[in-house]
Amino acid sequence: MKFSGLRVLKEGLTGSKGWTPHWRDPEPKAEYDAVIIGGGGHGLSTAYYLAKNHGMTNIAVLEKGYIGGGNIGRNTTIVRANYFLPGNSEFYSHSLKLWEGLEEDINYNVMHSQRGMINLFHSDGQRDAFVRRGNAMINQGDDAILLDREGVRKHLPYLDFENTRFPIYGGLLHPRGGTARHDAVAWGYARGADQRGVDLLQNCEVTGIDIENGVVRGVQTTRGAIRAKKVGIVVAGRSGQVAAMAGMRLPIESHILQAFVTEGLKPCIDHVVTFGMGHFYISQSDKGGLVFGGDLDFYASYASRGNLPTAEHVMEAGMTLMPMIGKAKLLRSWGGIMDMTPDGSPIIDKADTEGLFIDCGWCYGGFKAVPASGYAFAHLMASGQHHETASAFRLDRFRTGRGILDEEGTGSQHNLH
Amino acid sequence: MRLTCPICGERDRREFYYQGDAVALDRPARDADVSAWDDYVHLRDNPSGLRRELWHHEAGCGSWLVVDRNTSTHEVHAVALVEAQG
Repeated sequence: MKFSGLRVLKEGLTGSKGWTPHWRDPEPKAEYDAVIIGGGGHGLSTAYYLAKNHGMTNIAVLEKGYIGGGNIGRNTTIVRANYFLPGNSEFYSHSLKLWEGLEEDINYNVMHSQRGMINLFHSDGQRDAFVRRGNAMINQGDDAILLDREGVRKHLPYLDFENTRFPIYGGLLHPRGGTARHDAVAWGYARGADQRGVDLLQNCEVTGIDIENGVVRGVQTTRGAIRAKKVGIVVAGRSGQVAAMAGMRLPIESHILQAFVTEGLKPCIDHVVTFGMGHFYISQSDKGGLVFGGDLDFYASYASRGNLPTAEHVMEAGMTLMPMIGKAKLLRSWGGIMDMTPDGSPIIDKADTEGLFIDCGWCYGGFKAVPASGYAFAHLMASGQHHETASAFRLDRFRTGRGILDEEGTGSQHNLH
Repeated sequence: MRLTCPICGERDRREFYYQGDAVALDRPARDADVSAWDDYVHLRDNPSGLRRELWHHEAGCGSWLVVDRNTSTHEVHAVALVEAQG
């Protein structure tokens, strides 16, 4: 079934009786050429690109819950390519290009909205840092425009420009930055993979990884044993537990990150706005809810819920920056499990076990990376070679100290990102 | 979440700074090999469940504390002074 404007019109006129499920609900086969553990955004895009770019269609995605039920359905939906370090810069640039062609590619409306992102700065030193970042983005072929205070005022007249502690000096505008409908990204990739023959196995939790003489043979699951020549682990916050099934310890600590949504309001915030000094960022969803968040709660957690001090801090920062949101009613908040690495950058690499691959460590920035992560991980799983846009995301960089990707410049150890 | 500092009593989470896994107390010898340092600085068991952690009572008595805490429920089982660990 192909989606089109004509099809929507026809279904609208005929009682929407022609819509069918977006993907099959198959029984697991005894053996696949490859299985992906984890049916989140990254796992689904990996499966899609394995099928589309590498012709690997005898593959399965194993999801312990349901498709779209993890972090891909619980994030703040921001898409951007404003990274600075070589290694990160080309990767996120590639990801944004994939986003820009995604809806046509997968024939699915992911509501990608390039409404522009503005990072605010509040001192001369911070301005210098943003000039440098903007130049790095332009050198990478992406876009960045430095705004002075009046330039920011034109876009964001509702900010408190006179704030004593953090007066607004200006902002870095990334016009191609924006948001996308997170659930639709999962559904679109899932449908695209399914159409190419990929089995999406839900309620299928992996309980063991079978390894013989250093070679992966398959996995044990709650829906039975499945043999596989290649296994990819793409399980975000649960990376530690799944990797342990293969005898691996990872440079990852799982932390909690909260996000918040207000009741639906009329359109008032047209961009993605970040207030780094206050640990606050915000955008408005197409439904009208203000979607915002801040920093980690800063302790290890799998509880999927946050604590009040961080919630208060985020609200205070929001009120400091844009007092106009003070009367909005908070509708809900949630906490996601973030796979934090020491340097704040991800890992896409082979494991020591032959045939075993791992894609993890996306910290709190995995959503925008969904297309390029799947693209690069599929390339690695299919060919055994790192994709050129993701060759820096090596697992051994922590042990050797070579190629550390500390984008924030705060150091490379747990607790710093 | 509240922690019971052995010196100050039960206090709000806001008073404490989280350092990380209590592996930080097991510093390798200066001449230990690279993998020992990799274990110490980077690699983590990262369990979903009971875990031994290092916290600092930053806005209280300034003690370093070893906290046995459940990362899935946030339940705190024990808090002890680092120097009492021997």
